[in-house]
Amino acid sequence: MLLIPCPYCGERPELEFVYGGQAHVARPAADAQVTEQQWADYLYQRDNTRGVHAERWRHSHGCGRFFNTLRDTTTDRIVRSYRIGERP
Amino acid sequence: MQRFSAWSLLRNSFSGHRNWGPQWRQATLKSAYDAIIIGGGGHGLGTAFYLASEHGLNNIAVVEKGWIGGGNTGRNTTIIRSNYLFDESAALYDHALKLWEHLAPTLNYNVMFSQRGVMMLAHTLQDVRVFKRHIHANRANGVDNEWLTPEAAKAFCPPLNIGDIRYPVLGAALQRRGGTARHDAVAWGYARAADALGVDIIENCEVTGVLRDAGGRVAGVETTRGTIRAAKVGVVAAGNTSVVMKMAGVQVPLESYPLQALVSEPVKPVFPCVVMSNTIHAYISQSDKGELVIGAGTDAYTSYTQRGGLHISTHALEAVCELFPDFRRLRMLRNWGGIVDVTPDRSPIIGKTPVPGLYVNCGWGTGGFKATPGSAHVFAWTMAHDEPHPINAPFTIERFRDGHLIDESAAAAVAH
Repeated sequence: MLLIPCPYCGERPELEFVYGGQAHVARPAADAQVTEQQWADYLYQRDNTRGVHAERWRHSHGCGRFFNTLRDTTTDRIVRSYRIGERP
Repeated sequence: MQRFSAWSLLRNSFSGHRNWGPQWRQATLKSAYDAIIIGGGGHGLGTAFYLASEHGLNNIAVVEKGWIGGGNTGRNTTIIRSNYLFDESAALYDHALKLWEHLAPTLNYNVMFSQRGVMMLAHTLQDVRVFKRHIHANRANGVDNEWLTPEAAKAFCPPLNIGDIRYPVLGAALQRRGGTARHDAVAWGYARAADALGVDIIENCEVTGVLRDAGGRVAGVETTRGTIRAAKVGVVAAGNTSVVMKMAGVQVPLESYPLQALVSEPVKPVFPCVVMSNTIHAYISQSDKGELVIGAGTDAYTSYTQRGGLHISTHALEAVCELFPDFRRLRMLRNWGGIVDVTPDRSPIIGKTPVPGLYVNCGWGTGGFKATPGSAHVFAWTMAHDEPHPINAPFTIERFRDGHLIDESAAAAVAH
């Protein structure tokens, strides 16, 4: 089980959190210019990084807030966490 | 190749079984092949076997970064079934099941295929409806599947507790043709048979790059043991498919998650079939060694670590203890994880890629073992003909762009 550093509450066990997938996936502008490929990429394509991965978590059984972490997917070590709106 | 037979067994018994030779050559790596398969698991070795045996392509290398069958082929819970909902999936998985039924004589290798029946438990009204829908869809596709009352489920699997639990068993879907096989034997059997047809199996050889020629076609691979040239490259790298495909500049809609399994201490035969429960999440069977083989779920997050959180396997054990109170005092012997490549619709991707000469067979997620022969068979056909076999034609990468998803998240059974 991961020990996840919530930027608001400190380190808590993984069971208090919900995983939110890859961070910083931008939704394409909602206009007719968006191609099918761009839309499919937004819906389905993720980097699936082997290495340091930026990802979202929600502290659902704590403060309830979303935040991001950088985690190394080859070791599961969390490098650090940061608030929504901040850059890694 | 030494053929296995009653006679060879008898003959070797006179010398105390000390004179059996190696099952396949320690092949020397050549600088060029007609085709390269990346990934020495069951699907990759099977692909090489069918390319050599059915398509006359013998100048092939299978490159594996570890040892053959050391990835998900050796880490799964060996369950085989074909009761998937949609026509495309039923065709693919039942193709595999039909090949399983003759795999041992085809390979002259005992893969210990046992059609002991796979029973999927329904615990809620929604489960009952979904399973009955699956049964009707399966039967329309010629795939056997039948509905059992709770009492009939108990009769089929006597250790099952149908009543005194939080989510009582309301019935079950039973596929009698389903069962298990010995996972290592599948890798070894395909390796041995492919080797006998001239396929080079190269272990401890990690791919570090994919070569392209001036026209963009695949030209070979860079590996930790040097450059290998080939006009056709098939990627069958399971959890690491994204990593390999990025080397060729192709992005595949996959995410890699740890999936765990456990075995108990070995006991005498107590468990006659395979039982799966999607809702409270556990699946269980007994191996011929006597260990109870238990499957857990995937972790919430993507990872390449080949291990998972203890709370995930604990959850599966709690479900097993409730369904089978007799097993509460059994101790667990080992647990482990494998990295599964999951697609958004829980169906695999088998086919061509935007790079000419590069083919991919991936996205088997939490349930690839059951499909091993079928997957290998249609993928070999795809690589040999440079076009998909009719069975895998719907399983393209482009289906995500075009909206032709094959949504098997209910049939995939493992909680994602």
